[in-house]
Amino acid sequence: MDATIKKQLEITACKVRLGIIEGVFNAKSGHPGGSLSIADMLTYLYFAKMNVYPDKPDEPSRDRFVLSKGHTAPALYSVLAEKGFFPKDELKSLRHIGALLQGHPCIHIPGVDMSSGSLGQGISAACGMALSGKISNSTYKVYTVLGDGEIEEGQVWEAAMFAAHYKLDNLVAVVDNNGLQIDGKISDVMSPYPIKEKFEAFGWHAIEIDAHDFDAIEAAFNEAETVSGQPVVIIQKSVKGKGVSFMENQVGWHGTAPNKEQYDQAVSELTAKLNELEG
Amino acid sequence: MADVVKKATRESYGEALAALGDKYENLYVLDADLAAATKTGIFKKKFPERFFDCGIAEANMMGVAAGLAATGKIPFASTFAMFASGRAFEIVRNSIGYPHLNVKIGATHAGISVGEDGATHQCNEDIALMRTIPGMTIINPADDVEARAAVEAAILHDGPVYMRFGRLAVPVFNDPAAYKFELGKGIKLRDGKDIAIVATGLMVNEAIEAAKVLEAEGISATVINIHTIKPIDEEIIVEAAKTTGLVLTVEEHSIIGGLGSAVCDVLAAKLPTKVIKIGVNDEFGHSGPAVDLLKEFGLCADNIVKTAKAAIAAK
Repeated sequence: MDATIKKQLEITACKVRLGIIEGVFNAKSGHPGGSLSIADMLTYLYFAKMNVYPDKPDEPSRDRFVLSKGHTAPALYSVLAEKGFFPKDELKSLRHIGALLQGHPCIHIPGVDMSSGSLGQGISAACGMALSGKISNSTYKVYTVLGDGEIEEGQVWEAAMFAAHYKLDNLVAVVDNNGLQIDGKISDVMSPYPIKEKFEAFGWHAIEIDAHDFDAIEAAFNEAETVSGQPVVIIQKSVKGKGVSFMENQVGWHGTAPNKEQYDQAVSELTAKLNELEG
Repeated sequence: MADVVKKATRESYGEALAALGDKYENLYVLDADLAAATKTGIFKKKFPERFFDCGIAEANMMGVAAGLAATGKIPFASTFAMFASGRAFEIVRNSIGYPHLNVKIGATHAGISVGEDGATHQCNEDIALMRTIPGMTIINPADDVEARAAVEAAILHDGPVYMRFGRLAVPVFNDPAAYKFELGKGIKLRDGKDIAIVATGLMVNEAIEAAKVLEAEGISATVINIHTIKPIDEEIIVEAAKTTGLVLTVEEHSIIGGLGSAVCDVLAAKLPTKVIKIGVNDEFGHSGPAVDLLKEFGLCADNIVKTAKAAIAAK
């Protein structure tokens, strides 16, 4: 990846992380851990990959995105705000009464292509969108991000079967493998491993990457584009809470908002990082 | 008496889809390995490129339908009522109902008239479940003529629709030349003063037959066909209650949460009136020939007559 582009993506991802913290802190609830783990992926998708139009969010030819792990809405909202779908100030009223930004993604929010949040459902809707594109010979692509705990849901595997059966090569699913779910390590709660082999057995082309390396992310999507007749899954090894030192790899930060002191520390760390990047 | 033409409304569903496929090019059909039974196979034969089997995976099928609708298609997702409303309930609620997507659910094999397959497949709860989803339209057609009209009405309505069809061949009593389907409007089939029989689906014909028997015994009964259970026609129900002062609801569904409950909701708020419900009481069905089961569970003209007379006597 071009060094300038990479740096710009890192800067944007840092701002996205600041937006996540802003949203969850002001909401006094929400899911910072898994939002931070997908911040780089969503930044790449919205700033380097997808054809989307903040001034015409419903443009039919746009690429689609479904956040199947809908509880990490703060990451999606922060990216959409950064991209200009709505003012960044909206993040401060996330989850409030009368607010635009609901606790989980809602199709009526500009830039949100599908309501989601009940785990296992987003990937099915993504399959429907991809099938629809095939039917109409449209060139748009469909992207969906799932949690590694989420793939414990049976519906995910119904969808996995469907996508391979109908050869949905216009669909890319990302599994955010941060290794943690609410009750603990995914390997202790209900192991979904081996993830890559499972998807391959279901007929998918699977790629494993480091979730926080833009070169690796770009390489994965470049590889995905060479695949024909099969859906592609990118399994990204990620750090839950990535970018905020005291949240990293801590299961407790799955669904807890920071208090003022923790918020200040998180903002201070991310701002320092941003300043360093912007140098 | 001339032979009555009988037809299962699931047949009407499959035939209507195939017939309307030319007119509505945006219509797509999904099924979950039941195309032969739901009769979507008729559509599949005519439009193979617009039919997608989802296999035995109803949850995913509903989600796929949501994705198709979100990208401008009009999908009909078809399976048995038990799986459409029961197994897939939460997907219908969250992926179709909440985003208010333009998905049509064709639920066949509703009620105990499924027959021999028994309780596991006899869905008496679907109307109750679907009624609780905000913005969901529910249509329960009474015969072939109404079922065909309902399918087109569903296409023309922008928003999610749950349609309920039966397995059993039932009399075609509507005149196709005169029949007009209006979404959300009940149809008054007979005018009476002693009792109002409000029926839906397969029970409408039984209500008509019952009213004829009652008439011979000097009792005049209003008969109303409620094909759209949600949004329900409040006006026609209140007016019938006002005229007769006694309402009898009849449905091939649990007495909990279905037509009877919907009618009670209306009358409790607008015109408190005594309501007696005929339906499947709080119990599961069991195996047996459909017609015998309907009799056993009191879902027949004889029981409507008996119940109406007892209610009028207690007036």
